[in-house]
Amino acid sequence: MVQGLFTNYYETTAMIVFGIGFATLLLNKNIIKKIIGFNFMDTAIYLFLASKGYITGRLAPISFEGMNPTFENYINPIPAGLVLTGIVVSVSFSAFFLALAIRLYKAYNTLDLNEIIRLKNMEAEEE
Amino acid sequence: MLSLEQNFPFVCIILSMATGILCAALKPKKAMVVCIANLVINFILSLLALRYCIKVGDFTVYWMGHFPAPFGNEIRFGILETLLATGFSLVMLLSILGGLKHVFHDVDESKQNYYFLMQNLLFASILALIYTNDLFTAYVFVEINTLTSCSIVMLKKGRETLVATTRYLIMSLLGSGLFLIGISILYDITGHLLMPQIKESVEALAATGAYKFPLEMIICLFSIGMGVKSALYPFHSWLPDAHGSATSSASAVLSGLVLKGYIILLIKMFYRVFGLEIIYSSRVLDILFVLGILAMTIGSIKAISERDLKRMIAYSSVAQIGYIYLGIGIGNELGMAAALLQVLVHAFTKPMLFNTAGAFMDVADGKKKFKYLAGAARKNMFAGIVFAIGALSMIGIPLFAGFSVKYYLGLSALENAPRVVLSIIALIISTVLNAIYYIPALMVLFRKTEDTEKVVFIPKNPDIPYIISSIVFVIANFVFGKFASYFIDLIIKGLGMFA
Amino acid sequence: MFEGLINFVDGVSSADNTHKPSKKKVKKYHHHEKTITERLEDDVLNQKSDSFDKFYSVVAIIMAIIIIGSLLFTVSFLPSFGDPTNPANNIVSEKYIVEGVKDTHAINLVAGMILDYRAFDTLGESTVLFIAASAVIILLFANKTKKEHEAEEKEEQKYENKNDPILRHGALLIVPAILVYGIYVVLNGHISPGGGFSGGAIMGAAIILYNLAFGDKSTSEFFSFKIYKRIIISALMFYAISKSYSFYTGANQIHSIIPKGVPGNILSSGLILPLNICVGIVVCCTMFGFYSLFDREEI
Repeated sequence: MVQGLFTNYYETTAMIVFGIGFATLLLNKNIIKKIIGFNFMDTAIYLFLASKGYITGRLAPISFEGMNPTFENYINPIPAGLVLTGIVVSVSFSAFFLALAIRLYKAYNTLDLNEIIRLKNMEAEEE
Repeated sequence: MLSLEQNFPFVCIILSMATGILCAALKPKKAMVVCIANLVINFILSLLALRYCIKVGDFTVYWMGHFPAPFGNEIRFGILETLLATGFSLVMLLSILGGLKHVFHDVDESKQNYYFLMQNLLFASILALIYTNDLFTAYVFVEINTLTSCSIVMLKKGRETLVATTRYLIMSLLGSGLFLIGISILYDITGHLLMPQIKESVEALAATGAYKFPLEMIICLFSIGMGVKSALYPFHSWLPDAHGSATSSASAVLSGLVLKGYIILLIKMFYRVFGLEIIYSSRVLDILFVLGILAMTIGSIKAISERDLKRMIAYSSVAQIGYIYLGIGIGNELGMAAALLQVLVHAFTKPMLFNTAGAFMDVADGKKKFKYLAGAARKNMFAGIVFAIGALSMIGIPLFAGFSVKYYLGLSALENAPRVVLSIIALIISTVLNAIYYIPALMVLFRKTEDTEKVVFIPKNPDIPYIISSIVFVIANFVFGKFASYFIDLIIKGLGMFA
Repeated sequence: MFEGLINFVDGVSSADNTHKPSKKKVKKYHHHEKTITERLEDDVLNQKSDSFDKFYSVVAIIMAIIIIGSLLFTVSFLPSFGDPTNPANNIVSEKYIVEGVKDTHAINLVAGMILDYRAFDTLGESTVLFIAASAVIILLFANKTKKEHEAEEKEEQKYENKNDPILRHGALLIVPAILVYGIYVVLNGHISPGGGFSGGAIMGAAIILYNLAFGDKSTSEFFSFKIYKRIIISALMFYAISKSYSFYTGANQIHSIIPKGVPGNILSSGLILPLNICVGIVVCCTMFGFYSLFDREEI
């Protein structure tokens, strides 16, 4: 097992970072830190995908041989496309989440999610 | 050259996306018209596609571009997919009609067109989840689904919805993170993104016994990811907040359709990505079975202690989602068909309840706590009757749709001996629990109070779209109750061409 | 506005005294506003949820450790890094590389892949950006009156020097260069590294810099909310319509009338160039939209 982890050291790192991001998004009370955790998580997946597309000694998939590229010269182009899509999605979600954080701060004057939920529950009980 | 009907599913997706984008530039009233027109067209086209599929009796693979299967995107549809799309477009149309009055009341005037934009794109993403045959397309549309459903929750004025949106968003992001990493690992060991090719490689891997643990891990990641997003029991905490605080048609759509989109995706992955043999040999169905039973009981128990009408209905959704997972977990074809029937039945019943809850809030000054709603049904008898029908269907009284689902779930459990006792007990307990919270709710709503001496059938300034949509919902409920066997036959036929 | 943002991230007291975000003050602030916050002080209630918080965090930590552990265990089985015989290097990637140029006439094989073979994903992806921009508009867009504008401008003059000559002259030098570079990256997306997403982001950066140096008024002369909506909607609609034509012809196996051109030329590779331009416009508008909404709640 350890042998496999060391050969795939990029993937190992990616999984550890993913776990950290996952825990931060789930655990941390602060909304801004939650957003950071979410970005950790997504970035880890891109690292994983990018390392999966890499092949030792080959070049980026931009054809330098014109019409007839040879398979043995280029790395796998699919993970690159997937990462591109993923990055766009994660940028969109970060922006949305940050805007939500601004609104929450304006409404409740705190960024502590537990506190916000407590305040909201009290408001609901008061009704 | 394909026949004309075979183009319709693709046309539905693109049309919903295009009209959704267009709504950004329109005035609210025009956006509403565009949204409703789009849904009507979608309903007609899906119905024609369904008719075509029944006539031909085979599925269609539709290339999204000039390249065949392992290279380009594609969508694929048979009876089951078109049936679901037809049902969903009708539900979407009726939910939006039923809550129209509240949208113009609950949403800020300058942002009302965005409500219809989000609804259209949400519908496009649900359609794409139903039709897609490509895992990565599924991921992109899962994200569109998340973003739009969060948006329709937060569009309602007030700060309560912001908190609900945040909780919903956090859980959804966790779910889609797990889903994406599952796709990445699966891509790494199979080298494909299209479902049929992945299935071929997975079957080859299973035959040699290679990558056994990663495959189980991937099944686990997909199940948890979709479980979080469809509010399966231990991951349901976000649901009552989000569904309880949104405007009524948004709650209706979220409960009725959004949760189902993920479940259909999960079923699709079981059938088309892993194949049923691998799923049966892994333990995932046992886990889903147990979680389904837990959801059925605990969701109902939570609903009993709830003092807020909309939150009570939302907790009832947790329990009803449990039925679907129970059906999947029973692990035979009839169980799966019963689960899919429950998908349709719940999609037709829950929006009716949410919209009716909105109608009650109208006569009670916008309050949704039971203590303010006493006698609300006497102020709007029509809504009261509709709510009673929905509640009786949820409890599972014969003649109503809910009963036929329970009947078929029980029937399918009988075919699978090891699970029969647990399933039957769970169904009975859940029925009793449903009655324990729906009947007191009805009693409160129909209670005679000082200011409701006289019964009013329909209040002044009647909400015509709501009345129309409720009548159609009630008819649909009886149709599902009476002709359930026809739908089960259709679904089983559809499942045959699904794999 | 910036000051407010920075304060709110690290909790430093802001210029406005009523808005001190330190914990005690917040409670006091709420205290005046609403009676419910009085009950926040109720120790019993706080303790109850504290113990729940602890339980929750312990469970969540255990869950995270289980997830990391099982994912690492999975990684140890996966094909090894950089190996050309991995299952991912199969006929699909071979086709994308070997026949990519012939099929799509794009030298940049990744651009050919995302905008031709898998164009449906990319349509969804551009829509995600559009939806995110709409969601941020819903959350932050404020319909300000003229008076509020003027008051805000006055307030801002206190913190920012609008007529900084170094910034203005520097921006005047750099902005056109960045803009041209962005356009270059977009237009050459199919024959060199780059494409709509990266080029659009560069163009968006140029407009943001222009806005920072010359103020909101001069930006809104050429980039108002109305123009933003028109540009982004027409770009996405063009994308959807042109691509549906190509999906339709592809699925029905009709010959598509779109000319492919000679690979390596600017005007080549069929729809990829116009789609790259569309995506570039969408990304550029969205980036500037995000910036401007976060900065002044307007576009």
